[in-house]
Amino acid sequence: MSTNTNKPLFEKQIVLNAVKDSFIKLNPSYLIKNPVMFIVGIGALLTSIICIIDIINHKPVSFDLQIAIWLWFTILFANFAEAVAEGRGKAQSENLRKSRTTTKARKLNGTTETIVTALELRAGDIVVCEANDLIPADGEVIDGVASVDEAAITGESAPVIRESGGDRSAVTGGTKVLSDKIIIRITSNPGETFIDRMISLVEGAKRKKTPNEIALSILLSGLTIVFLVVVVTLKSFFNFYEITLGQDINAVSVPVLIALLVCLIPTTIGGLLSAIGISGMDRLLKHNVIAMSGRAVEAAGDIDVLLLDKTGTITLGNRIATEFIPAPDVNEDYLADAAQLASLSDETPEGRSIVILAKEKFKIRERNIHELNVKFVPFSAKTQMSGVNIEASGSHSERIIRKGSLEAIKKYLSEQTNINIAIQSDYMITQMIGVDIALSGGTPLVVVENNKLLGVIQLKDVVKGGIKERFEQLRKMGIKSIMITGDNQLTAAAIAAEAGVDGFIAEAKPEDKLFRIRDEQAQGKMVGMIGDGTNDAPALAQADVGIAMNSGTQAAREAGNMIDLDSSPTKLIEVVEIGKQLLMTRGSLTTFSIANDVAKYFAIIPAIALSLFATNSLNGPLSVLNVMQLASPQSAILSAVIFNALVIIALIPLALKGVAYRPEGAATILKRNILIYGVGGLIIPFIGIKIIDVLITLLKLV
Amino acid sequence: MNFLFDTIQFVLFLVVLTSGSVFFGGLFYKALIGERNLLSPILLKPEKFIYKIFRIDEKYEMDWKEYLKGILSFSFLSFLFVLAIQLLQQYLPLNPQNISNVEFFLAFNTAVSFMTNTNWQAYSGESTLSYFVQMIGLTVQNFVSAAIGLSVLLALIRGITIRQGKTIGNLWVDLTRSVLYVLMPLSIILAILLISQGVVQTFDSYTTVQTIEGSNQIIPLGPAASQIAIKQLGTNGGGFFGVNSAFPYENPTPFSNFLQVLSILLIPGALVFTYGKMLSNKKHAWLIFGVMMFAFCSGIIVSYWSEVSNSSTFHSSELMEGKEMRFGVFNSVLWSVATTVASNGSVNAMHSSMSSISGMVELINMQLGEIIFGGIGSGLYGMILFILLTVFISGLMVGRTPEYFGKKIEAYEIKWAIIGILIPSVVILFFTAIGVTTNVGLSSILNKGPHGLSEILYAFTSGANNNGSAFAGLNANTNFYNILIGFAMLLGRFGVIIPVLAIAGNLVKKNITPETSGTLSTNNFLFGFLLLSVIIIVGALTFFPALSIGPIIEHLLIKSGYTF
Repeated sequence: MSTNTNKPLFEKQIVLNAVKDSFIKLNPSYLIKNPVMFIVGIGALLTSIICIIDIINHKPVSFDLQIAIWLWFTILFANFAEAVAEGRGKAQSENLRKSRTTTKARKLNGTTETIVTALELRAGDIVVCEANDLIPADGEVIDGVASVDEAAITGESAPVIRESGGDRSAVTGGTKVLSDKIIIRITSNPGETFIDRMISLVEGAKRKKTPNEIALSILLSGLTIVFLVVVVTLKSFFNFYEITLGQDINAVSVPVLIALLVCLIPTTIGGLLSAIGISGMDRLLKHNVIAMSGRAVEAAGDIDVLLLDKTGTITLGNRIATEFIPAPDVNEDYLADAAQLASLSDETPEGRSIVILAKEKFKIRERNIHELNVKFVPFSAKTQMSGVNIEASGSHSERIIRKGSLEAIKKYLSEQTNINIAIQSDYMITQMIGVDIALSGGTPLVVVENNKLLGVIQLKDVVKGGIKERFEQLRKMGIKSIMITGDNQLTAAAIAAEAGVDGFIAEAKPEDKLFRIRDEQAQGKMVGMIGDGTNDAPALAQADVGIAMNSGTQAAREAGNMIDLDSSPTKLIEVVEIGKQLLMTRGSLTTFSIANDVAKYFAIIPAIALSLFATNSLNGPLSVLNVMQLASPQSAILSAVIFNALVIIALIPLALKGVAYRPEGAATILKRNILIYGVGGLIIPFIGIKIIDVLITLLKLV
Repeated sequence: MNFLFDTIQFVLFLVVLTSGSVFFGGLFYKALIGERNLLSPILLKPEKFIYKIFRIDEKYEMDWKEYLKGILSFSFLSFLFVLAIQLLQQYLPLNPQNISNVEFFLAFNTAVSFMTNTNWQAYSGESTLSYFVQMIGLTVQNFVSAAIGLSVLLALIRGITIRQGKTIGNLWVDLTRSVLYVLMPLSIILAILLISQGVVQTFDSYTTVQTIEGSNQIIPLGPAASQIAIKQLGTNGGGFFGVNSAFPYENPTPFSNFLQVLSILLIPGALVFTYGKMLSNKKHAWLIFGVMMFAFCSGIIVSYWSEVSNSSTFHSSELMEGKEMRFGVFNSVLWSVATTVASNGSVNAMHSSMSSISGMVELINMQLGEIIFGGIGSGLYGMILFILLTVFISGLMVGRTPEYFGKKIEAYEIKWAIIGILIPSVVILFFTAIGVTTNVGLSSILNKGPHGLSEILYAFTSGANNNGSAFAGLNANTNFYNILIGFAMLLGRFGVIIPVLAIAGNLVKKNITPETSGTLSTNNFLFGFLLLSVIIIVGALTFFPALSIGPIIEHLLIKSGYTF
């Protein structure tokens, strides 16, 4: 899927389908969902009927017929815009749909296994999957551990581990088990999976309008009503001159009034509104984010505060050893050697990182642990230490090496030596080193051999590369980032400073996340939350925008309203951008659409009022409003209608791509968009209508 | 020389208006929120006394529906009362001229007109209404209808400023304070000043004098000064005498003229600064005031220019027919623009006699929705509807759910804002369409051609926007116009009040979003420009066709020497 990002805007197949769909969408029951285009439809129908009556009565119809044709085109163009957006969205979701398997599933009833199709599975069913099986539906691993290939949905070829319990228990339908055997409880019914929901967001007919879209539709409907009244009453005002002064008002025919109406109502934005919404979802899919609703995407554009877990999002997930700091009378390589020995059997990432650091820095090779006569002391919750005992052999005397936190070692030494270790000078030095490390955001690990302090290993959280720039970007967007961590204040502050977040919550308990979100919301802020663990689920549900990592638990994925298939924590930036683009595109095209009306007035009003108070030799006085010097009343009206239709086609690419968003202050963005779409919207139609008028006159269409 | 003199007058007017607005804005703020103020020593006791006799619990708060119910029932009772005393004025006291009972549809029209703060006058004061009806009926309405507008504004402001509340204030407290602290003191001062200039204030019957030609002339008298003061201050506009402030007893001297024009705009201007104080955002108040001033001054300049540059057709430098001869063209222009930007409607010259372009300026001023200063309270709440619309469109353009002072502007607000903005426009266009195409409508017009169209368009524009000024020319005292304009006034008044209160009721429930760098500022020049554009474009797009075949075509015809 990630290979599709550079697709051309119009693919041949999509365009062909869209042309077909444009006609299918003429169905009145479909058209009525869009009041603006529905009015155009009624206008087109009326004009066509008038043409037919005129043809029967052998009256000239060329002009009215051309109006009718262009009115139909106006609707078709709008339908086409929506159909193209749908087509692209569908193509995007096709990959997802394909992955929705119809293969057999091995359903468990107690201990008996039955083979059913994936479509027969319901939430709560238990299935078993072994190596090379496709996981039949979204679910949660309840037993076992397996490596799973999720390339089908994430495009990422490296397999991932999925296991019961813990934070990596969720599996997605359509992914493939590569090894081992897992028992899965299905969590969604067919048609209700994440992918199904996402697909429905890119289909015009099923799509629910987002809140701002509804508000805008109301505005557009209001404008449509007022223009309807303007046009209907305008006819009466002309009648006044006919009644009182016997003026010739034949130019004010029904088709001409309909043309005026269609030109005035906001067809540009009305025609493209649905395409804008669909293509927004489509862009989201391209960034490998599945949204549960359009509302969530729109809300993302409003986020004021972003809460995110430190581990796995800001930092690389595990602390690693970065330095050996020996005690005053100890060699650094001796410390490294002892530290490595103590960590050889330590399979935690931290332990491994110590071995690696010693190897890299001092070329201390991993020794074959069986050659040495060693006994490993694994980490225990009671002692808070781990280490190694090496029996005396030959030249060696016995070595008892321990590593642990400052507190643990202090306790250990006190017990071993039975003296107050705290006043020993080497302990005090070690403690100072430890505080130093903690201040810089690291964790000190003290190494002791035969009750002698050797020094300290500095463990550090490694902040992900480029993350600082991402937070800087968020800040420019007006979003404050808050890091949540279980670390102590000192460590948290140091990491927060290194990562460039705006704030942090240290020593956080799971419920602290929820409280912080409620707190921010009470202040009127929109809160975004990124999480993956089960204990994140309440916070994800409480947040206005909850993005769950695809690698997270099913509980987290259910609680959030978006799922990031790439499990990339700063994906929010793209989501925010898309949310903002959605609004900006709608706002800008609305402005453009309304600004266009000015020029259309100057084309049509002088044309229909030309005969008012006209004399044999002179046009009516209102011809001075014909600032574009359009050739004739008929060409003026036709040009306006044609321009109105063509501008929809011309703006389809913009609707699909969205107005460019840059993280800048509101004033800058507004200024730019006003200049382009407001001022541009005033000027462009004057030029466009004039050009079309020249062409019409050249081709002698009227 | 004339031009220089006019310019000095204009600048002086603007300076006095602006400083007066700032001063009174602060005073009103304290009074309206119930804080101790300059007038408390005198007015606090009467205020508490009113609460006591009407059993008003000052601490009680209403939600928007209760607030609205209060307004509707209060207005309906007002209407019934004014209607009844007109229908029965012959049997009531203070009727020295023995004027007979008012005919029903005229009484209906007049009752609606004063209850809605429109003061459209299909009657002529001196020949149709007794002193009793004028004082107890109309003058009282001049106060309370203005106070209703102010109360609705206060409710809306509470909706904007209160965080997650349920209630938007107490209507009866708002009404009392509006009358006591805002309208009464200024009216008393103005009435005294006007009397000092020679405006009549008496219960005597009309006197008859013999003119030098030997014929008898009846000089109408009455308690005029007190009604004129509130008619100007309360954006009412209904003159005591038929020709309003063009009548010497209503407006005798240049100073009284200056005072009266000033008082048209003073309270609406001051309320902008009251709003700024309530928001704790002076900048926003200056922005709104600036937008209003810009529109007002543009109107004056265009209108003035059109009056003095007509020489070719009429062979005179200024159009003087129907103008205020005593004070000059500029004062007619200033008054006509002031009275139409504010929903006042009093006149010191006949608007029908202004140039076609001046007539169009007046029409546009009203058609924008009476929001450039506008009526007491109603001008600003109408303006806030436009601000909401501007915030919405520009909010979308910066990619954030639109907010106004932290309150999210969503579908509900947009729906009601659109309704509030569109109802008066739709009423104007529909009713005018009926007027210009039916015999009963056409039979009232004086002039053929575009001017006749303007007469009818003006009448409904004035009615639906609760302005009340008349274009003259149209005989509006027919059943057709009395009924239709009556309904236009009702729709124009409550068609905006209901949406405004609905918005207030919904906004008050919302939380206030703190400002971030992504928040659109509503205080800078750019927003002011946008607001003005939205106002002009919405107004222009709605009325441009009608205006183009009305005043614009008239102007063009006159320029080419075509007359009717």
